[in-house]
Amino acid sequence: MKIMTCPLNGPRNISEFSYGGEVRARPRPGADPAVVADYLFHKTNQPDVVREWWCHVPTSYWFIAERHLATDQILRTYPAAEYLDQEAQP
Amino acid sequence: MPLALLKAGFRDRSKPPPRELPATPELKKSYDVVIIGAGGHGLAAAYNLAKTWGIKSVAVLDKGYIGGGNTARNTAIVRANYLTPEGVAFYKESMGLFETLSQELDFNVMYTRKNHLTLGHTDAAMRTMRWRAEVNKHLGVASEVIDAKQVAEIEPRLNMSDAVRYPILGALYHPVGGTARHDAVAWGYAIRAAQMGVEIHQLTEVTGLEVTGDKVTAVHTNRGTVQAGRVLQAVAGASSHVAKMAGLRLAIRTIPLQACVSQPVKPIINAVVVSGSLHCYIWQSQRGELVMGGAVDPYPLWSTRSSLEFKEGLMGHMLELFPFLSEVRMMRQWAGMSDMTPDFAPIMGKTHLANYYIDAGWGTYGFKATPVSGKRMAECVATDTTPDIIKPFRHDRFTRFEQVGEAGAASVGS
Repeated sequence: MKIMTCPLNGPRNISEFSYGGEVRARPRPGADPAVVADYLFHKTNQPDVVREWWCHVPTSYWFIAERHLATDQILRTYPAAEYLDQEAQP
Repeated sequence: MPLALLKAGFRDRSKPPPRELPATPELKKSYDVVIIGAGGHGLAAAYNLAKTWGIKSVAVLDKGYIGGGNTARNTAIVRANYLTPEGVAFYKESMGLFETLSQELDFNVMYTRKNHLTLGHTDAAMRTMRWRAEVNKHLGVASEVIDAKQVAEIEPRLNMSDAVRYPILGALYHPVGGTARHDAVAWGYAIRAAQMGVEIHQLTEVTGLEVTGDKVTAVHTNRGTVQAGRVLQAVAGASSHVAKMAGLRLAIRTIPLQACVSQPVKPIINAVVVSGSLHCYIWQSQRGELVMGGAVDPYPLWSTRSSLEFKEGLMGHMLELFPFLSEVRMMRQWAGMSDMTPDFAPIMGKTHLANYYIDAGWGTYGFKATPVSGKRMAECVATDTTPDIIKPFRHDRFTRFEQVGEAGAASVGS
């Protein structure tokens, strides 16, 4: 069984989690449709370390994981607040 | 064929057998067309470039061996009963080419019609199937909705009991759907392309692309650098990785798709049986193995590992359809890396670079498109115009919010 460590619930079976996509900076309100389309559809998707949204389904808890896309190694998981605080800074 | 067999039988045994596919030659300094990826799609494009368009200065580069990627990792099913008019027209052309491919290549690709059944277990699924059947029939693809009794007649070993989680209510019946030998398709295209002068460079990994202005001018490989007039990438599974070298970002996520075969048994299943609600499909190969697969993995990964979760889920569902399988052992398992697009349709045609063409986004439906993709991508590269039939799949459709919407018919759910 593959284990993922949820920042709220600790180490749990990967089947309890749902993948939520790459972490990307959201376009500002009123952004050009092409920018919104790029945000929605285009992916970085490289065999490298990526930041991803994950959800622990039984508790509906969303957080961020750093995972290597080629080895499936989960390097770090942390609360979304850590990222959102960074994004909010100018 | 019998004459060829006789000739082979009387061959001088003291000499090695003649080699149909030449060994990898030295890389030349330049080619008119460089194709990245020697899978079915890349080789079919090379074959068509040489045969139809007379372009013979073609190099097909692959970091592995011929047909060793997803061409060898699919489950060999061929069908055209898609949902969107764009998809149906495209796969219909592919089916037509499959029908005569063995003659065309003078190489047996073992294309076999097998009565393709997509089971419906809910009213909603049956409604989608009626929609698919009407689109199919309108475009001239043999496809109809049949009831449970007819399903049982076509595949008598299916569990038709209604004492299961998902009883079988009916099916979308696609009599021309079937299978072909995936390796043979790659080998056939490779041999005939090589005979016309196409060079196939195995163990030649593309490490970078040199972009000057709006053109790719050179392709760097582990065996040296080649100049290229035009470049086509056909590396589904690793599309985002190669596209990045050309400065392209794609609407693709790389997700493993797993499959397995059972030990060989006597002929027992005649049809290709697919269930969207149960996320699984099965058919029996000419060797007697039951070929089984399901939906893609729950999250992206650039790996061809197999997982226990997949097999547990698949077998649980498969036993509901065919309870006798509980006595059959699994023999082999594998996975391929799938290019998943948001709309379950491929990405084909020209790019933002003037001489760079892309054939990607092949999700879980790449093998069945091999002949048409080779034909149309060759046309696209040779004429530098996108053929009408692949225009809906152009790579910038996402930027314009013009998706194709094939999810209802392209997969077994996820």
